[in-house]
Amino acid sequence: MTEPSRQWPLWEVFIRSRNGLDHKHCGSVHAPDAKMALQNARDAYPRRRDGGSIWVVRAEHSVASDPDAKPEMFDPAEDKIYRHPTFYTLPDEVNHM
Amino acid sequence: MYTQAMDIPSPERDETARGGPRSVREAEYEAEIDAKVARGEFIEAKDWMPEAYRKTLVRQISQHAHSEIVGMLPEGNWITRAPTLKRKAILLAKVQDEGGHGMYLYAAAETLGVARDDLVDALHSGKAKYSSIFNYPTLNWADIGVIGWLVDGAAIMNQIPLCRCSYGPYARAMIRICKEESFHQRQGYDLLLTMMKGTPEQRDLVQDAVNRWWWPALMMFGPHDSASTHSGDSIKWGIKRISNDDLRQKFVDAAVPQARVLGITLPDPALKWNEARGHWDFGPIDWSEFWNVVNGHGQCNRERLADRVQAWEDGAWVREAAMAHAEKQRKRDRLAA
Amino acid sequence: MTAATQTHPAHLEYVLRLADTSLILGQRLSEWCGHGPVIEEDIALTNIALDLIGQARLLLTHAGALEGRGRDEDQLAFLRREPEFRNLTIVELPNGDFGQTILRNYLVAAWQRELWQALPGSGDAALAAIAAKSLKEARYHVQHASDWVVRLGDGTDESHRRMQAALDLLWPYTAEFFSATPVDEAAAAASVGPAWASLEAAWTGAVTPVLEVATLAMPARTPFLSRGKAGVHSEHLGHLLTGMQHLQRTYPGGTW
Repeated sequence: MTEPSRQWPLWEVFIRSRNGLDHKHCGSVHAPDAKMALQNARDAYPRRRDGGSIWVVRAEHSVASDPDAKPEMFDPAEDKIYRHPTFYTLPDEVNHM
Repeated sequence: MYTQAMDIPSPERDETARGGPRSVREAEYEAEIDAKVARGEFIEAKDWMPEAYRKTLVRQISQHAHSEIVGMLPEGNWITRAPTLKRKAILLAKVQDEGGHGMYLYAAAETLGVARDDLVDALHSGKAKYSSIFNYPTLNWADIGVIGWLVDGAAIMNQIPLCRCSYGPYARAMIRICKEESFHQRQGYDLLLTMMKGTPEQRDLVQDAVNRWWWPALMMFGPHDSASTHSGDSIKWGIKRISNDDLRQKFVDAAVPQARVLGITLPDPALKWNEARGHWDFGPIDWSEFWNVVNGHGQCNRERLADRVQAWEDGAWVREAAMAHAEKQRKRDRLAA
Repeated sequence: MTAATQTHPAHLEYVLRLADTSLILGQRLSEWCGHGPVIEEDIALTNIALDLIGQARLLLTHAGALEGRGRDEDQLAFLRREPEFRNLTIVELPNGDFGQTILRNYLVAAWQRELWQALPGSGDAALAAIAAKSLKEARYHVQHASDWVVRLGDGTDESHRRMQAALDLLWPYTAEFFSATPVDEAAAAASVGPAWASLEAAWTGAVTPVLEVATLAMPARTPFLSRGKAGVHSEHLGHLLTGMQHLQRTYPGGTW
């Protein structure tokens, strides 16, 4: 096109389908401002009565962990088995504790 | 809706996708990615990926998105003329779904670091392809039903395997799309059943539409496997999972009994049950027509693209004004703070 | 409303005005499907069209019951002739550019909101129920359209110029929203719904500040008065119906 590209910013969309659940990432929309981002998300995503609450966040404001740093970020949790209930063996009579 | 016919090689772009010499580190990474995909694991947006993989994904996902957007036009042609208010609402909602699917797919492509506007520009300049099926005209109301039954039916067969493709954002978009699209085929078939219960003239409309769409629908699965040079990497990377000919056969086997229930004739005198194969045999596909339409010489190639370009250009002042207003508003808020 | 009940003709007229206004605006908006300025907005406009067509279906079905001649929503939508339509003239005008479409949406939705708000008090229980459902939709339509009117009115020079031109074009048609007619008087007297003239102050009170924020100059009232709600239409409705009614007219007796 002739004019320089002035693309609307990208917003990430999170929807909670009903109270009691987490907001879940479901995609993104373009919009020039927050209000329209919310409206666009409302019009595009919960079209089948699956919406209860919507968050929109400017995509550029999300900070992601580095996939190459995955070992140091997440592996240290692997050997801490005492964080899991199955680590503790109790007598059969009370093992459902 | 996606069609495997988009998996058509485009020589100039394939060269760039192959990339230049790789470093040792890259080769290691690539082996790692191949192993991951082979184990059925997903690649996510910020993971390292081979440039050829990224480019192939951008091409396939954006072509898929373009197809959804251009695919709104042939059906949109009948929205204002739908024969009942219920059918009008159904068709509007369906065409809107396609717009939504285009949006999900553009969003998936954008996770690969491309801007939507650039993808759209590539469509408008004719550089990017979209599914050829949409270059056929919709000439009577039964076309809307036949598109649902045959075209969406073929698309669904192509799309379901993509829900398990190796690129996470694409797979997730496809899950959402398949969920929403699963009933489009039923919807179309229901429309046709209703017309077949009507007047003889209405039944003629259905037969006429089937006659025009049957062969193009078969072509949607793309060239024969023997002639398809492009599938190797796509299959290795789990972007494509089933061969063109296998899917086409599956489609024919499903459609024949459905046509019988409908009470129409499929326009292929060679259609015959093959006991030994356990499949329906069908006649030869006219690939010259397929390539003509792919290469821009179908009835509607020029009109479809011109429609999209027109809508985009007519909307330029709107997009521009919305940005300008948002900037003004931000400045005012800053002053007020 | 049972078939045995004697329906005042004004009651039917009143419901048809609402039904046809939703129907024809929904028809016009559906022309945008696939042609919006950006895909997000394409989807939004289609949602509004679907709401309006949904309203029209309920209202036409109700009108058919009031009429008592066994006509359903489709017979009323597709087999009535041009002068039998009772929509406000503004909704049959061609869409124009996106700005004109969105401004019309705003002016009409703001009017519908006032009307739906007043109708739960209707003596017609079916109409009251439709109004309660439609009110939620109209509130969203007002929000969506008014945001756009402000954005485009107070956007670029070009968008401002286009919006002012759209307002100058559409404004005279809003007089019809509130013009007094015998139908209004009879419907109000029978507690079917408010006389439309009574909605003007609230509508003007809502619209004026939005147009101000949008930096648009409100045109002066003129003697122009359109009369679509009385069945006297612009030249545009005939063309719209030609397309809309094409299949039902070409293949009479078909099942769709």
